Amino acid sequence: MSLEKTDIEKIAHLARLAIDEAAIPGYAEDLSGILSLVEEMNAVDTDGVEPLAHPHDADQRLRDDLVTEENQREHLQQNAPQVDAGLFLVPKVIE
Amino acid sequence: MVIGLEIHAQLATKTKIFSAASTAFGAEPNTQACAIDLGLPGVLPVLNREAVHMATKFGLAIDAEVAHKSVFARKNYFYPDLPKGYQISQFELPIVGIGEIEIDLENGVTKMIGVTRAHLEEDAGKSLHEDYHGMSGIDLNRAGTPLLEIVSEPDIRSAAEAIAYAKKIHSLVQYLEICDGNMQEGSFRMDVNISLRPRGQEEYGTRAEIKNLNSFRFMEKAIAYEFDRQMYILEDGGKVVQETRLYDVDKGETRSMRSKEEANDYRYFPDPDLLPCVLDNEYIESVRKELPELPNEKKHRFITHLGLSAYDAGVLTGSRELATYFEAVAEAAGGENKLAANWVMGEFSAALNKDGVSLADSPVSAEMLGGMIRRISDNTISGKIAKQVFEAMWSGEGDADVVIEKGGLKQITDSGAIEAMIDEVIAANPAQAEQFRAGKEQLLGFFVGQVMKASKGQANPSQVNKILRDKLK
Repeated sequence: MSLEKTDIEKIAHLARLAIDEAAIPGYAEDLSGILSLVEEMNAVDTDGVEPLAHPHDADQRLRDDLVTEENQREHLQQNAPQVDAGLFLVPKVIE
Repeated sequence: MVIGLEIHAQLATKTKIFSAASTAFGAEPNTQACAIDLGLPGVLPVLNREAVHMATKFGLAIDAEVAHKSVFARKNYFYPDLPKGYQISQFELPIVGIGEIEIDLENGVTKMIGVTRAHLEEDAGKSLHEDYHGMSGIDLNRAGTPLLEIVSEPDIRSAAEAIAYAKKIHSLVQYLEICDGNMQEGSFRMDVNISLRPRGQEEYGTRAEIKNLNSFRFMEKAIAYEFDRQMYILEDGGKVVQETRLYDVDKGETRSMRSKEEANDYRYFPDPDLLPCVLDNEYIESVRKELPELPNEKKHRFITHLGLSAYDAGVLTGSRELATYFEAVAEAAGGENKLAANWVMGEFSAALNKDGVSLADSPVSAEMLGGMIRRISDNTISGKIAKQVFEAMWSGEGDADVVIEKGGLKQITDSGAIEAMIDEVIAANPAQAEQFRAGKEQLLGFFVGQVMKASKGQANPSQVNKILRDKLK
């Protein structure tokens, strides 16, 4: 399977990645190579094989429903570029 | 019209689904958002046992298969209130499989609505679009709150059915004590998928989804608006676009929410941070034993054992709280079930509504109301005087016996006293008495009214009727 320029643009958009126009053919080739590998795997007969949800053969451990996390807002917001009245500020988004 | 509903019920756990931060409503922004909720690098989500327990209860209550193995998946999209860039949800293997719910329609008609699945997922944070220096403010306290998303089959055919279904689920999650059902606080939110198809056509039309409705009334209006909108498009020979729409409460219309080029492409894949959630039969059966009596079971018991009508039983089992109150009233009333039902649904509910009081804060306890009903059934007071007694109890003047005693409201059952009053009334209205004797039977009501007035409503109405008839012969 070979990816087109529009496919690359769509993938980049979904991942919110800004890419150079000039780099697109290179990405198309690399990603198409990965898809060819997957196609090879697709050829394997997997009838009767239970889909693998996780490579680690274990069950999810459960946590008791007890509050142990304390408020660390001051600390955690040191990472944020901009805060106001306890809120994280981000460029305006409206739908 | 073909409708399917997706309902998001916030589970009433103390902590988030994947972190031990509190889920309490109304905290200062971002004071209940820990490193996991913020999606910081290197954190690991750990599943909340209680969220699994609650989802299991729901699955058993709708007779669905609870999955022995369910899997969490990442649903990828970008929005500032979703810091990880993906929502942890369930996709191919949800915790609750196919089930069904019986809904109550008008005139005691019922209908089964299929539930396709219910899955666990995390809620997003909140974006506040008020002007913060031209930016949006983000509060992540809600991020990671456990949600049970309940997806119906497209079995619903009208707004009335949609509301009956949503109300039934709303009541069920509260019965099960897995969701507080508080719609103002967003604990129970509904998405409606609507499409139209011409009569006789087999396949469904293209649907539009109206997201995030948080009241039954708005849902009804949104469905009506959307029906008209799609109808105009189809009648003009146009095509309905598959899209997400938002109901604008102020304008009373739905509008498109996401542009087409950003059509949902969630690229689900199993979350490598979480292992499959495995539940064995022993666990599932132990949860089944904990289930309370469910609304439908209660309703059928009220009909068969307490002799109520299907309608009354449906209303009284609408919430667990009301059903419990009614049962206590009926018991205190000594088995006057029908009378108890009438009072709970009538005067009592009206008084709660009028004063905006919740059932838990009612000034009239079930024992007080039941005690008053006993006084009606043993003829101490008439049904009419009972309304006066009820009002006095409501305003805190004590229980029925105290009010009756203090107000001298005891019913007059002494035939001699009633006869004397009747004689006076007849003497005062000779013309009407003459007309009655001449055959104008409808004047009986007039006389009964006069006697009741003379007795301040305390004369026993059936005795008044009987004696009046005798005297006017």
